[in-house]
Amino acid sequence: MTTATTDPSTSARRSVIGRRVLPYAMLSPAVLVTLAIVFFPMVQTAWMSLHEYVLFRPKDFNWVGLGNFKAALADEVFWISLRHTAIWMLTTIPAQLFLGLVTALLLNQDFWWRPIARALIIIPWALPSVVIALMWSWIYDSNYGVANEFLLRLGVIQQAVPWLANPDTALASIILTLTWQGFPFFAVMILAGLQSIPASYYEAASIDGASAWRQFWHITLPGIAGVMMTAVLLRMIWVANSFDVIFVMTGGGPGYATHTLPLYAFIKARTNLDFGYGSSIAVLFTIMLMVVVVFYLRRTRKAMD
Amino acid sequence: MALRKPSRLKRIVTVEIPMLAILVFTLGPYLWMFITSVSPEETLFTTGPSLLNATFENYARLFNTVGFSDNLIDSFIVAVGTVIVGLSLSVTAAYAFSRFNFKGKRILMLQFLLINMFPLVLLILPLFVLMRMLGLLDTHVALIIANSTIAIPFSIWMMVSYINGIPRSLDEAAMTDGCTRLQALRRVVLPLCMPGIIATGIYIFITSWNEYLYALTLGGRDVRTITVAVQTLIGEYEVQWGLLTSGGIVGALPATVLFLIVQKRLISGLTQGAVKG
Repeated sequence: MTTATTDPSTSARRSVIGRRVLPYAMLSPAVLVTLAIVFFPMVQTAWMSLHEYVLFRPKDFNWVGLGNFKAALADEVFWISLRHTAIWMLTTIPAQLFLGLVTALLLNQDFWWRPIARALIIIPWALPSVVIALMWSWIYDSNYGVANEFLLRLGVIQQAVPWLANPDTALASIILTLTWQGFPFFAVMILAGLQSIPASYYEAASIDGASAWRQFWHITLPGIAGVMMTAVLLRMIWVANSFDVIFVMTGGGPGYATHTLPLYAFIKARTNLDFGYGSSIAVLFTIMLMVVVVFYLRRTRKAMD
Repeated sequence: MALRKPSRLKRIVTVEIPMLAILVFTLGPYLWMFITSVSPEETLFTTGPSLLNATFENYARLFNTVGFSDNLIDSFIVAVGTVIVGLSLSVTAAYAFSRFNFKGKRILMLQFLLINMFPLVLLILPLFVLMRMLGLLDTHVALIIANSTIAIPFSIWMMVSYINGIPRSLDEAAMTDGCTRLQALRRVVLPLCMPGIIATGIYIFITSWNEYLYALTLGGRDVRTITVAVQTLIGEYEVQWGLLTSGGIVGALPATVLFLIVQKRLISGLTQGAVKG
């Protein structure tokens, strides 16, 4: 930008132009690539959703307008999947949040093996979802799984339960797995929030004679509310989208017992090769998720003010 | 937290025992998988998994007969490729976001945040169609491109927070001494945020290593990453849990080890934005 010119005025003008152009020049590689590999494909999904497009008939790409969307709304499996998605989000996220909060509060205490505990607690987060699905399938195994053996010994159940093969328990079993996978994220985020609360607040409160519970309610919770809301938002999006664990553990079955919307869209495209219909479900799901996110942001912002 | 120190016993009951219970819940499944993987296959269904007569025959089978080493190489190529693409594209972008004020900055930053919010299933179908059109199906390039959709926005986000931590006065000092912007970036800012760059790179490596759905859809035959290989094992060796769990351990090991190494720096980078804003 500032090549060694003798005339100071040209050099100054150049640097002004440089300052204008430079940011865009530095940004353009990343922006162009994301346009090409993220935004262009997204537009393509929307475009495909308006067509009848089955992959083994590549010549047929017929405009059907909103036909796929109408078909989806009349599709029983769509509503089943939607219900499961709702159940799934409304149970997994609160469970993760609660367990994460408890873990973070414990990790914020002083005990000699705290650094080890803090490092180990995050392990589930680093594992590949396929491996998570594999190990929980082994735990839930109906013949030799440790879950059955454990509960039989305790006398909670009278006979072995095929956790993943039984439509009544499959969704709950997967929800437990997902809770296990996701709560360390909350623990880590909330712990960071806890550590940003100045110790002097607690000192002042205990001089004033506030009980531990009142300290938690009036200092700790307001102090971590912001972090918790961000974490819930990120997690909501993540939980709604993640279907790889379900896909490997049950493939959406038995029957449609563990179908969620993104999984249904994926299966439609992957096994039926029906890309038009799959895309329309993906688009519908995205719109619904956006509505939920916007609603959530509005509510929490109001609560924060 | 409190001013007076609680008694040792009270701390054990209210803090250490609950913490231990949560740790057992967290690590139990992983340890159980490991114990299963070193148990001899014959005893698995009679006496159950145990550490007595531990054996590594499952691991030997994994590499000798199942051919896991090829999958490890595929995963490695894809993950390293994604790290290179993700980091190289985002360093300059993050610098621009951190140091300049320009028209459209907010919108562009928002764009990179928003990308992470879109469901993966929305991208996976068109990317498949696109790769098929370009003849890239079942190549490393396809998987690197697909993983970059996640890696680029993520590393920009992380990198902005690391570069923000380096005082502007340092770049200005370098430029007064005759450096250009890009030289200041390369000679002053980059070396200073090297630890952050390494942590971001390792995190990208882990997510690409762990990625499954793209690897399954866009690869699968010639290029079969470790996650797809583990899933195929489940189909092929349905009840041989010794072999399956050893596959799981091998698949998870690189990511786990790397994660334990960088977790501290990574978490401070990740949570900084959330705590502040």
